[in-house]
Amino acid sequence: MSKFKKKNAKTKQEVPTTALPDIVFMLLIFFMVTTVLREVTLQVRVELTRAENIEKIEQKRLVSYLYVGPMVLGANTFGDTRVQIDDALIEEISFIRRIMYDKLLEQPKLIVSLRVDRESEMGIVTDVQQELRQAGTLQINYSTRRLQ
Amino acid sequence: MFKKKRGRESAEIPSSSLADMAFLLLIFFLVVSTIDVDTGIGLVLPPPPDDTAPPPPIRERNLLKILVNSQGMILINERPAAVTEVRERVANFVDNANRANDENLSVSPLAAIVSIKTDRQTPYEMYIRMLDEVRGSYKELRDAESMRRFGVSYDRYSASLASPSDDEIRKVYPMNVSIAEPDPGSN
Repeated sequence: MSKFKKKNAKTKQEVPTTALPDIVFMLLIFFMVTTVLREVTLQVRVELTRAENIEKIEQKRLVSYLYVGPMVLGANTFGDTRVQIDDALIEEISFIRRIMYDKLLEQPKLIVSLRVDRESEMGIVTDVQQELRQAGTLQINYSTRRLQ
Repeated sequence: MFKKKRGRESAEIPSSSLADMAFLLLIFFLVVSTIDVDTGIGLVLPPPPDDTAPPPPIRERNLLKILVNSQGMILINERPAAVTEVRERVANFVDNANRANDENLSVSPLAAIVSIKTDRQTPYEMYIRMLDEVRGSYKELRDAESMRRFGVSYDRYSASLASPSDDEIRKVYPMNVSIAEPDPGSN
């Protein structure tokens, strides 16, 4: 018995945990730096379409999003197709011009990313595009996911 | 004597819960973070139409008109076409000089313009599919040219460039996609 006890006392069986907080902090700082907090709550449904030949937008800070899709009324019920910019639904299409013009003044290299629901029709997209042209925000992007 | 010893023991800040706190913060950031990058099809809209100046003249043969109606059916230059043949048609049209040298197709890739026109009721998905096909067609042409000149695919070639203005392939095959003016008064 005494022999066993002696052996146990000599060998340490624990994993050294003193460096654990450092590791975790490193991970934490990594995620804090790379993270982008969700800014908007969507009031329209946006299920993106898929496409094959797409490109990434590297400069995220240049991008302003514009959402087009059926308004969410409740669980699985949807209303008319509406446009949302930031947190607000747009009452009239012609308001887009003003909003986008103001954004363009703040960021001259603005890219407007259109996040359009896949079941939308082109009519409203064309209207939005006409407004964007009037506002002078000519760089646009149709958000799509990669085709699998 | 005993009292003195105890006092010395508790002089440290307890750091055993530090890892737990850090873990909680870590999990919070893991949950709220979105790492996915936005992907999509980039396009530059034309400036608003100027009523005083007429649109620039374009020779009929340099323009490929793709029309998508409300049922998602396609007309290419007023003739019905299937979705699957769009890519080939665009490639033939753009690269006419290196291929058939047809008098009805574009003079050169530089002059070629692909115009996409839609109805108000055209499904958005169909429109994106059309843009995707046109882009796919250009990608094939650029890839072929890049392989011929530099021996690498266009993606790798363009990634190796210092600035986008050095892109030789893009100068040969610029992508001129035009979104047609919507008809006035159509609803």
